[in-house]
Amino acid sequence: MDHTQALAWTPPRVQPSWLARLLDWKPALVAICLAPALGLLLVFLTYPLGLGIYMSFTDTQLGKPGIWVGLENFEYLLTDRVFLNAVWFTIFYTAAATIGKFALGLWLALLLNQHIPFKSLIRAIILLPWITPTVLSAIAFWWIYDPQFSIISYVVVDVLHLRSKYFDFIGSPWPARWSLIAANVWRGIPFVAISLLAGLQTISPSLYEAAMLDGATSWQRFRRITAPLLMPILAVVLTFSVLFTFADFQLVYAITRGGPINSTHLMATLAFQRGIPGAALGEGAAIAVAMIPFLVVATLFSYFAIGNRKWQQGGSDE
Amino acid sequence: MAEVAISGVRKNFGSTAILHGVDISVADGEFAVLVGPSGCGKSTLLRMIAGLENISSGEIAIGGRVVNNVAPKERDIAMVFQNYALYPHMTVRENMAFSLSLAKAPAAVVTAKVGRAAGILGLDQLLDRYPRQLSGGQRQRVAMGRAIVRDPQVFLFDEPLSNLDAKLRVQMRGEIKDLHQRLRTTTIYVTHDQIEAMTMADKIVVMQGGRVEQIGAPLDLYDRPANLFVAGFIGSPAMNVLPGVVRAGACFVGDVRLPLPAGLGREGMSVSYGIRPEHWRLDDAGVAAIVRLVEPTGSETQVTAELAGVKIIGAFRERVSARPGETIHIAPDLGHVHLFSRDTGLRL
Repeated sequence: MDHTQALAWTPPRVQPSWLARLLDWKPALVAICLAPALGLLLVFLTYPLGLGIYMSFTDTQLGKPGIWVGLENFEYLLTDRVFLNAVWFTIFYTAAATIGKFALGLWLALLLNQHIPFKSLIRAIILLPWITPTVLSAIAFWWIYDPQFSIISYVVVDVLHLRSKYFDFIGSPWPARWSLIAANVWRGIPFVAISLLAGLQTISPSLYEAAMLDGATSWQRFRRITAPLLMPILAVVLTFSVLFTFADFQLVYAITRGGPINSTHLMATLAFQRGIPGAALGEGAAIAVAMIPFLVVATLFSYFAIGNRKWQQGGSDE
Repeated sequence: MAEVAISGVRKNFGSTAILHGVDISVADGEFAVLVGPSGCGKSTLLRMIAGLENISSGEIAIGGRVVNNVAPKERDIAMVFQNYALYPHMTVRENMAFSLSLAKAPAAVVTAKVGRAAGILGLDQLLDRYPRQLSGGQRQRVAMGRAIVRDPQVFLFDEPLSNLDAKLRVQMRGEIKDLHQRLRTTTIYVTHDQIEAMTMADKIVVMQGGRVEQIGAPLDLYDRPANLFVAGFIGSPAMNVLPGVVRAGACFVGDVRLPLPAGLGREGMSVSYGIRPEHWRLDDAGVAAIVRLVEPTGSETQVTAELAGVKIIGAFRERVSARPGETIHIAPDLGHVHLFSRDTGLRL
């Protein structure tokens, strides 16, 4: 090929293969792309959920297929003090832990949004509680709350001599409840702090400068600029946090197993307790199904009450 | 209304010096434009006047009061940001009223002041919209409205037109100038666009590398640039600069002899010979230049040509029929020749 020929070269027309033509056909492409996700959802989500809901209307036991009993399980649960107690504690646990997580998480996010030395290192450290497997941190807390080997008791009693008796963290109902809430707050802070920090960083610094020139004090800047602009992301984080906390299982099951005297049972741990060790699959399923309305209400509330803002509608940012 | 006096102002970020001692005075009611290439320190200087950056050394006074240690909100200034910095969660009305509501102004005052600003800027129909629902030019106006509502002593503009498209930029340029002529508030305006500077300013401050290169009225800077940088920065297309040597009362660029006004330049001196594109004229007795590109714009014709191996641009009122590769003869307009020292870059 001489120089002129080389310059005049044009790419030859190639007939696309049957695969390329298939992938170019939109319905086929949609079907191919959706199939894996749809399959996973059907097998691991829709089927178990459907089976759970079905079982909650039967008296299935481990090893014994049940018969349809209608609402009998739910009628029984409404008279069951342990269940009602679990419902109450689940709501209390969710509310208290969420308030704690958001107060501390927002505070931490605001701190991290400032110019401080070793910022990225600190950010990485803050994520640690979240990336530790829950069961591992639960076991750590189990030790921290141990009546005999608790490090908190050791420091307060033997080192600082502030108290003469060891703390009884998980031996009686109220201390046990607060201890679990503290562990959950500790675990949940990173998620809230990092998400809110991401939200804070989307707020243009020039808005604060403009507000400063407009005469806003730092509290006014927080209340009139930061807080409203953080609301949309706060709503999303709040929704997720409430859902995860409400459906919490691992921390409670690993630290107290619902005790003492069933005082720290969450709906999730009680459902497991009744269904698997207690062999009453139908009743366990009914407890689990009873969580659904709460979760739906919580989601709708945080989504509609604080999520959707009029100023976010229409147009673009630039 | 107030004058702004900047004296010996320096700014360091760590060990990096951004401003090396800047002295500027802006008279009461004046429209001053700080212009220069990116990184020349003009925005930093503006932010220092606003109080958003602290002053490493030197003094800034607004209306006779030194404001070095005065908080931004106490300086009685208003600033329009490059990205407008409108509060996205507030309507136009709330954006404009924000400073008043922080100052707990009575509702009647807020209505009156916001109404007046909206009237001036033609925003009356948009008061209940959110920033997202506005076009670029409308957002720009809201940002100005927010500044007007505060009745400040000084307006600060930080490249306010750089996010707009070319047509809107020309329109808003006119609106800002018109606004200044009506309100007569002292204004300091930062831009990197020399056309904005030329068209809007009473006084232009050309900056480069953290130093002031020249201060003057737009046409003064155009007619008598103090140095090569200002000569090249002000004017579009830029001034032609040809390296030459002064011999026998003329400037020789290679073998080409360019005439000099009497008394300019010493014999044997290395100089830069500056001539603006529109100050060439077609002249059969002139020097020969080889045409490279002819660009008719209708009102004039821009010719890119090569003169003694140097690329030059000429702008001619006449229609030029020469084609690329052909030779034209051109001569500089003697009254508009600029001569700069090649060593210092300063005007001779």
